[in-house]
This record gives sequence, structure tokens and C-alpha cells, in this order.
Amino acid sequence: MSVGRILALLSRHMYLYKRSFARMLEIFYWPFLDLVVWGFITIYLEKVGMSMQGAVTFFLGALILWDVLFRAQQGIAVSFLEEMWARNLMNLFASPLTVGEYLTATMTMSVLKVTAVGSLMMLFAWVFYSYDMFHMGLSLLPFILNLVISGWIIGVLTTSIIMRFGQQAEVLAWGMVFLFQPISCVFYPMTVLPPVLQSIAWIVPPAHIFEGMRAVLTTEAIPVTHLLWATGLNAVFLLLIVIWFYHTFNVCKDRGMLVRVGE
Amino acid sequence: MAKSVVEIRNLTKRFQDFTAVNDISFDIKEGEILGLLGPNGAGKTTTIHMLLGLITPTMGSIHMFGLDLATHRETILRQVNFSSTYISMPFSLTVEENLKVIARLYELKHIQQRINDIIKKLEMEDIRHKLTRKLSSGQMSRLTLAKAIMTEPKVLFLDEPTASLDPDIVNKIKAFLKEYQRSEGLSILYTSHNMREMEEMSNRIIFLQRGKIVAEGTASEIIQRYGQRDLEEVFLKLAREEGRS
Ligand SMILES: Nc1ncnc2c1ncn2[C@@H]1O[C@H](COP(=O)(O)OP(=O)(O)OP(=O)(O)O)[C@@H](O)[C@H]1O
Ligand SMILES: [Mg+2]
Repeated sequence: MSVGRILALLSRHMYLYKRSFARMLEIFYWPFLDLVVWGFITIYLEKVGMSMQGAVTFFLGALILWDVLFRAQQGIAVSFLEEMWARNLMNLFASPLTVGEYLTATMTMSVLKVTAVGSLMMLFAWVFYSYDMFHMGLSLLPFILNLVISGWIIGVLTTSIIMRFGQQAEVLAWGMVFLFQPISCVFYPMTVLPPVLQSIAWIVPPAHIFEGMRAVLTTEAIPVTHLLWATGLNAVFLLLIVIWFYHTFNVCKDRGMLVRVGE
Repeated sequence: MAKSVVEIRNLTKRFQDFTAVNDISFDIKEGEILGLLGPNGAGKTTTIHMLLGLITPTMGSIHMFGLDLATHRETILRQVNFSSTYISMPFSLTVEENLKVIARLYELKHIQQRINDIIKKLEMEDIRHKLTRKLSSGQMSRLTLAKAIMTEPKVLFLDEPTASLDPDIVNKIKAFLKEYQRSEGLSILYTSHNMREMEEMSNRIIFLQRGKIVAEGTASEIIQRYGQRDLEEVFLKLAREEGRS
């Protein structure tokens, strides 16, 4: 694993972002809009007297964490799309760059994106709604880390599908994560789901994370069971998805698709 | 006899039931320019992609510098590069930024120095800070050539590197490649549909047809063997024979 080559890929994305207004918008403006809309909704809910205990906590906290998941997966999938659009995959993979280095670089990209978007949203929430995500210390942090890893898993899955099926699968870079939204119990507790879905949600890491988040925000206790489940499941899925990615990469090399992808 | 830097044995590529490259074997010697000639679809690009590890061969082996590409990919690819009219580089980066990224990817030392050198050598001063999006196709070819040469490869694969260039630039690039190849002892595998260019550039030529090697030798050997006046006539003869068969 060469750190130099990983940094090379990161610098390529930095040059890109430095110059692209649309890409900056994606990091700063859309998350901000999300927050504004959901902020008003929570204010409204409190006004009409449906004041459920900690509505703000529920929705704003959930929204910020949802964006962490979304950006983490997007950081991975969009990085791949950028290479595909630029027809740069050949230049990359005819160089000494390895698949492992490539994945590490995109995962780092996703962490950078999440950090930028996440801290900005937290700042907005704090300034406009006096909402402090970390009002009970750092107990949320292990959940956020797990969420980033879940984002990687969905991101690598998305990338492998785009690599295999090309342009027609592009929209998954933005849409894939929404397939997991209902079962991830982002905005409602797991108990809301019908029993069948509840048992499925049990093997979906984000479901444990959002459940855990609500516990942290309302009861201030760290729900160890959910944390352990999320971490364990993430570890297993991450391993599986990386193996799957290597496999897909080899299939594409065999079918000569790496030199054609994007056309 | 110069030693071989690339050894290809029984190389075959099948896409489903279509055979694009069919059991070819050849060497590239140290310091030679080997021309790969053949009609559209003969398997030239597929062969080069296999040599770059971008396509996995169905059968056969590729050795470079005595190492097996299948097991020593990183070591080999560090010393190899390629350019083609048909490749591109990220549009939103400037020429210089693109070169920097490549330099880092190959972990070169004294990056700024190298970039200055190559930009001077290929007369790219005027496009240095231009966005790659804004390059003409000839300028793009120069950029992809620059990225390949900057890494100081021992073997260079050039897939129709001059296809979209004006004659003046073609001459300059040919002269540059010849000179560079002489001074650095570089080996080049070269494809082109321009027969005169092929004759001028190549020390040796391999003629590929439907994935098979049908002729091999120096340009004059091949011309003599087929009793023609020049390479173009040989090409037409071979291509038409294929048409009839
Ligand atoms: N990924 C692929 N899947 C299926 N067939 C392919 C693939 N890549 C190449 N081929 C086929 O293999 C054959 C050889 O293609 P290749 O690009 O190597 O030809 P070439 O000699 O470079 O031709 P040209 O002079 O037109 O560049 C062609 O018939 C092509 O259709
Ligand atoms: Mg070709």
C-alpha cells in the first residue's frame, strides 16, 4: 500500500473541487437547505402542539446523521463517477495504483466530505436552532464513525454496480442509499416497523445506529447492544463488500470493460 | 543481440466466443521500436491493453524485465507507460495539474523539475495553465504523450499517437521519440495506420490480422517477401486477401 499514490488520488480530487462551483454547492448548499426545511417542520410541529418530547432532537439529529450516511456513500460512488466521466480509469489502472489504494483513497475522500458537510450542518443547526448535537458529550461519536463505515459499504456496492453496468447505473450514486432509508429507521423508532421488517432491520447496521442515536439523545445512556451490533455487522459487511469489489473489478478486466466504462 | 524487455508467449484473448487476439508470441528488444500493424479490429489495442494489465488474457503469458505481469504488476507498471490519441485526462484540471497528479501516482522525485522539462521538450508552455477541457485534440495528444514520457518508462506503448495531429507536430513528435528512444535506450511498441510513418519509425514490424501474426520482420524484409513496392501495398494485399477468404 503506497501512501504517495493515495495522496496522488486525493490531490486529483482537491484540484477538481477547488475549481467546481457545482461540487462545492453539493457540499455546502444542499445540506443547508435540508436543514432549513426540517428546521421549519420541527418548529411547526411544536407550534401546533404536537409537541412530542424533543422533536427537534429527533428530526435535526436524525437529519444530520442521515446526511453523514448519504455523504459517506456518495463520497465513494461520486469519486468513481468522476473518473468514469473523465475517462481516467485507464490512466489510473495502467499505473502502479492498486485496487486497495484506490478504495482507500475514495474512503478518505468520503471522510473528508462527511467532515465538511457534517461540521457545517452542526454549525448551522447550532446557529439557527440553538441545537447542539454534542450536548451530552461525545457519546454520539462511535455511532457517527459506524455510520461512515455503513456509508462506505453502500458506496462500494454502488461503485461495483456502476463499474459493471456503466452509465445506466449512474443514478445509483445518489439513489442507492435511499433504498436503505425505510429500513434504517432514520426518523422513527424500529418499533414502528411491522414485525417482519423489524427482524430485517436487525441486520441493517444503520438501523442500530439511528436507534442508538435516539437513545443517546434522549436518555443520555450509550446503548451498548446497538453499538455492538452496528460495529459487528459493519465489520462483516465491509469485508464482504471489499471482496465483492475485487471480484467485480476482475470480471471487468476480463471482459475488457475497464477500458470502455463510461462510453 | 539486444536482450528482450518484453516477452509475450501464446497470448490469447477471447471475448465470449469471439477471439480478438489469437495465440501470438513475440518479444520487444531493449531499445527497439516495434511497429504493430494491422487493419481495424486486428487486435492491436487489445494486445496493448493486456500489456498494461487493463485486460486479463484468456491464455498465454506476458513477461517484462524478466517478471511475470500477472504476479508483478506494480513493479512492472512503474517502468511502463502508454499514450494514445483515444485516451483523455480529467477535463477540470489544468495541464500542469494533470501532470502533477500523474507524477505523484508514479511517485516521481523532483516533480516540478520534471514537469518543467517535459513541458519544454514538447513545447507546451502556452497550454501549461490551460484547463484540459479547452485543449484541441492535438494538444490533448501532446498532453497524454507528456504524461507517458514524464514517468521515464523503459517501455512505452503508443496506440496511434499521431492520429489527430498536424504534419508539423507529427514530425516534431516523431523526431522527439526517435531521439528520446536513442538517448534513453527506451523500447517502444507503436501502432499507426500511417504506413510511411510506420516504415520510418519502426526497427521491426509485426503484421496482425484477425488476432494472428501474419508477417514479421523489418519493413524492407516484409516488402520484399510480398513482392510489393512499399508497406502500403503489402497492407492492401494482405487486407484484401482477408476480404476474399
Ligand atoms: N471489450 C470487448 N468486448 C468484446 N469485443 C471486443 C472488446 N474489445 C475489443 N473487442 C473486439 O476485438 C477486436 C479487436 O479490437 P482492437 O480494438 O484490439 O482492434 P485494433 O487492432 O486496435 O483496431 P483499430 O485499428 O480499429 O484500432 C475487435 O473486433 C473488437 O470488436
Ligand atoms: Mg486500436
